Amino acid sequence: MRARMRTLTDGAATGLAVLSTILVVAPLVAIFIYLIYKGASSLNWAFFTRNPVPVGEMGGGMANAIVGSAILLAVASLIGVPVGISGGVFLAEYGRGTKLANAIRFTADVLNGVPSIVMGIAAYSLVVVPQGHFSAFSGGVALGIMMIPTVCRTTEEMLLMVPNAVREAALALGVPRWRSVLAITVRTASAGIITGCMLAFARVAGETAPLIFTAFGNVGWSGKLSEPIAALPLQIYVYALSPYDEWHRLAWAGALVLIVLIVLAVSLVRYVTSRGVLKGAS
Amino acid sequence: MVASALSIFGIVVLIAYELVVRSQLAWSKFGFSFFSSTYQDSFTRLPIYWDPVNGHFSALPFLYGTLVSSFLALLIAVPLAIGLAVFLTEMCPRGLRAPLAFITELLAAIPSVIYGLWAVFVLVPLLREHTNPWLIRLLGWTGFFGDDNPTGLGFVAAGVILAIMILPIISSLTREVMTAVPISQREAVLALGATRWEMIRMGVLRNARIGIVGAVILGLGRALGETMAVTMVIGNSPEIHRSLLANGSTMASVIANEFAEASGDLHLSALMEIGLALFAVTIVVNAFARLLVWAVTRGAPAQVH
Repeated sequence: MRARMRTLTDGAATGLAVLSTILVVAPLVAIFIYLIYKGASSLNWAFFTRNPVPVGEMGGGMANAIVGSAILLAVASLIGVPVGISGGVFLAEYGRGTKLANAIRFTADVLNGVPSIVMGIAAYSLVVVPQGHFSAFSGGVALGIMMIPTVCRTTEEMLLMVPNAVREAALALGVPRWRSVLAITVRTASAGIITGCMLAFARVAGETAPLIFTAFGNVGWSGKLSEPIAALPLQIYVYALSPYDEWHRLAWAGALVLIVLIVLAVSLVRYVTSRGVLKGAS
Repeated sequence: MVASALSIFGIVVLIAYELVVRSQLAWSKFGFSFFSSTYQDSFTRLPIYWDPVNGHFSALPFLYGTLVSSFLALLIAVPLAIGLAVFLTEMCPRGLRAPLAFITELLAAIPSVIYGLWAVFVLVPLLREHTNPWLIRLLGWTGFFGDDNPTGLGFVAAGVILAIMILPIISSLTREVMTAVPISQREAVLALGATRWEMIRMGVLRNARIGIVGAVILGLGRALGETMAVTMVIGNSPEIHRSLLANGSTMASVIANEFAEASGDLHLSALMEIGLALFAVTIVVNAFARLLVWAVTRGAPAQVH
């Protein structure tokens, strides 16, 4: 009797686990397929080449938002990538096991969990208030700050995957520490570090909250860093909440473009990490 | 490189400093009552909390909205996430594991605004047409599901979309702490004649429970600060309703909605103070959660997730 109960409980637990997996995965896959379907049916060439048109006119695209996002991301990468990578190199190569490195790693993880809207407020008070107006630069700063902890942690993780034998081999040849780090370890892990940066890039590419009151959005072209600029996620947000079908269509198309970027980045990271940093080793 | 690494401390300090300085105005005017006070409308006698035009600022409805929507999200997400993690680590056929893990990873990377877009066009109509009438009929007597909001927006919509968004992170961290439990623990329990579920319960979940709590709290941290998707579906009204189907507003959503067009210094400062509260809460929640996860995975090798 007891044994029967136990078997039944076991079966029930297995069933529940399978059920929850289905309950999680099915809607998530559904969201994904729906996004791709909606986006693909809305996407056309004009989306990439034309600017938004006034309400009531058909057509139009998000060319300015795509360029705007590219500019914002360029500024963000200029801030986030160098600082993040060198921070990660410090954590993995110099600070390994020290109290300082542990504290920094911990702070980076915590900073990663700070809501993006708070980053937006910070960039607002640091850049927008002194400048006196919304600007592309302030949006880039907000995104750049958000990139730092992610890039730092992935760089560290990639460097930790480099086998110690490689470091020892370099040091045994009498190569100075800084050179062994830069020319041997970082170079060995470079594919991983680059994909880590791409992942951070793709994550901030979809960030909307910090841009609302920094980059602010713009209906036309803007080539200057000191002016408000359009951004793809911001445009999706505005269009999604608008009452016009034509704008909804553009929002779906924009979402698809973002999704493709993200899928590419995540798959690349997956591919690089599953293959191992060093072929044949580890 | 040390400077770059130290800049991470610098960023945290800088954000805290800016937020404290810029919320001084609201702080000196309201003090702690900012988070508790209510005002009364002189005509209707109804409580009002947030009235920028007349200079009434109280963060109470936003605290309430944030807590309710996050709690709803956890209620839905936690059992499912743990179930998924158990399936992936203990039961899943080898060939299925990688694709499932990949899908959850991918979903963690989808931007908030896209979840919001989906929620506005698919989830909210679904709730409005099917789920909400059903909830009202079945549970209306509790008072938590009033039928006075026909839009489908509100706490339930926000809770559901938040649950979908925090599921991947909770489940991947739970998976990580469960993987960190040594195989010998499982083998020991199995050797005593346990069934698979007993092995999972006694050998794995019990050993990993601190880390799982950490994962859940980390999910809570995400839910508290999640902005775009919530802003798009919660309805955005600074009121407190007992009904979960009513419109509400969260700390993050009010900032997203009003910051760019704040009317005057006090309004801006009040929003800054909400931001500061959000920052402080998420820092504490995240730090606590990380410590718990770290306590379990300390001995295990680093993983990319």
